[in-house]
Amino acid sequence: MTLTAEPAHDLPTSDVDPFCPEVLEDPLPFHAALREAGPVVHLRRYDVFAFARYEQVRAALVDWQGFQSAAGVGLSNFRHEKPWRPPSLLLEADPPRHDAPRRVLQKILGPRALRKLHEAWLADADRLVDEVLDAQGPEFDAVPHLTEAFPLRVFPDAVGIPQEGREHLLPYGDHAFNAFGPANELVEKGAPRVGELSAWVAAQCAREVLAPEGFGADIWAASDRGDITPEQAPLVVRSLLTAGVDTTVHGLSAVLCAFATHPEQWRRLREEPGLARVAFDEAVRWESPVQTFFRTATRDVPIGGHVIPDGHKILMFLGAANRDPARWGPDADAFDLARDPSGHVGFGMGIHQCVGQHVARLEAEALLTALARRVETIELAGPPRRHLNNTLRAWEALPVRLRPA
Amino acid sequence: MITADRPPVAPEPTVPSTAVAATVRVAAKRVEADGVVSLELEAPDGARLPDWTPGAHVDLVLPDGTTRQYSLCGDRWDAHRYRVGVLREPAGRGGSAYVHDRLAVGDAVGLGGPRNNFPLVPAARYLFVGGGIGITPLLPMIRQAALLGVDWELLYGGRTRASMAFVGELAEHGERVRIVPQDEHGLLDLRGFLGDPDPGTRVYACGPAPMLAALAAATAAWPAHTVRTERFVARELGTPARDTAFEVELARSGRTVTVPPGRSVLAAIAEAGVEVLSSCRQGTCGTCETGVLAGEPDHRDSILDDDERAAGDCLFPCVSRARSDRLVLDL
Repeated sequence: MTLTAEPAHDLPTSDVDPFCPEVLEDPLPFHAALREAGPVVHLRRYDVFAFARYEQVRAALVDWQGFQSAAGVGLSNFRHEKPWRPPSLLLEADPPRHDAPRRVLQKILGPRALRKLHEAWLADADRLVDEVLDAQGPEFDAVPHLTEAFPLRVFPDAVGIPQEGREHLLPYGDHAFNAFGPANELVEKGAPRVGELSAWVAAQCAREVLAPEGFGADIWAASDRGDITPEQAPLVVRSLLTAGVDTTVHGLSAVLCAFATHPEQWRRLREEPGLARVAFDEAVRWESPVQTFFRTATRDVPIGGHVIPDGHKILMFLGAANRDPARWGPDADAFDLARDPSGHVGFGMGIHQCVGQHVARLEAEALLTALARRVETIELAGPPRRHLNNTLRAWEALPVRLRPA
Repeated sequence: MITADRPPVAPEPTVPSTAVAATVRVAAKRVEADGVVSLELEAPDGARLPDWTPGAHVDLVLPDGTTRQYSLCGDRWDAHRYRVGVLREPAGRGGSAYVHDRLAVGDAVGLGGPRNNFPLVPAARYLFVGGGIGITPLLPMIRQAALLGVDWELLYGGRTRASMAFVGELAEHGERVRIVPQDEHGLLDLRGFLGDPDPGTRVYACGPAPMLAALAAATAAWPAHTVRTERFVARELGTPARDTAFEVELARSGRTVTVPPGRSVLAAIAEAGVEVLSSCRQGTCGTCETGVLAGEPDHRDSILDDDERAAGDCLFPCVSRARSDRLVLDL
């Protein structure tokens, strides 16, 4: 894993494949090397320009005029390649087409709209924690029993999809996030089921399948008002189902892993349960469940002393930016509730910033509050195991031991 | 939304206010027509301005303490500049007169928003109707329709040709644009322009109340949600924005913090040791939403609609401030 620092004015280059299993297993050394090499690093293997420092990542995220999303936010360049599915109206769109779907979804998922879910989700998290402690005892794998279980309990209900087939949500999301990377073995592994999973997801987006109340129905109501078109409505529902489950699951796994390995931080949360949201955002900064996204230069864009040529892909390392000592200080690698994680780019930034971020925070607040109430200590009961994905930083297994309060 | 002036409630200070966290500077001021000037606004440090969409307006907090709403009519592909058009209201003595007579290049004004109560929805065809300064929100909509290759036409009325702003930049669109000065052609022929109701067409109209009343009559048979309008509203905005310090009481922690001019509520309470999670710090993402228990907020965010603002039960401390001497927050 060597980076070639070339003479001044020249672009540092790297031959490392950011999507190879070794880097996906532990990206931190590669991220540090990228940050060290310079504000822009050319990744020769894919001919893309990498940003790993906070300053450039944030600048690129907010500059939708210079770095577009409609040519795809993965490696594939939609200017030349056919997307594997109809592009997202949110993630893979630019203004002006991006405006109406974004406006509609932002209101439906806004903090004010979520107030009515707050109490029910907190109560549901309480029940889940009780059930798991009763059924599993003090030692269990937190991934299936908590961090997958809780989002899968509350989110599909909130969208309003039927019970049947919900087991397809995680594999579909996993494949969609793999597909932003190169066509490597992770994508191949998902390929056989793409048709089946895509068809199931598409079927859930139909008006008559969705419950009469919920985010899905709200999206269709927006179509009735003409705020989006009836053709757009199912694709907006699809965005919820694609981006709303895996990301939250891995965010919750990140925060539980952080607490299991930082007992003093867990004590602090128990003393101040109001820190649950800060804790979640600190974990999103620390672990960055969404590690990377691409953009495409709409013209020759100067950044970090270099010029990204028109039509070229850039690769933004959100996880690297979130641990950039230049932004977060020498202890950037520490998970610390005393830190103000505000301004991290784990949810992105600008017009494409995660439209579901308030939903994710509410899920995290509910689960952490329920755990803090019932659990005195939380520690690892065995080595956690990574789940590799081209875009997501995920856990396959997170064995924990909880001591009830 | 273009708000007509109300009488000034405070004497005009001679020194421009820097009382707000979000401040823009006048980068250019141009006469666009009789009684209309345009302002170009930029961040004092040259940074990007908050993103916006066609139909959006900003609140400008003028140095005399008045707050006025103006539609953004520039190019959002230029992230560093806003443009607004300002009509000198004949009866107005406050904001518009101040902008016309006193506001100069280099002056600072407070910024709220942008917010959009008049968003452009997807359609197969647009019919735009602008009356007078009501042309301003339509300009970026027209640009957008042209960019999308969607069919559109504009009917633009005004008292006299000389009073109609931005006619020059509309000329490039040729026959899609009909310029109708009242002294030459009389009142707008709305029925003739609109034609028969068409479910695939969206009508966007902005102008004075009589024009919108005529439009409402002319579109009575159009399907629901196909006609969208914004009118000039003369609206009392309550207590004027302040350029002095105010107190923020944090109810749960029992602390009280003084927020001086030029510092955000978020920064002031963080210095007092109370952490509020935030993200965009420009009033767009909604992360720092904080409950308001007492006091009158000076909302500067892009998120709350008018009803939500009127409820007065929350604010976004990264940009919003206080109109009252004291705010009590649920922190």
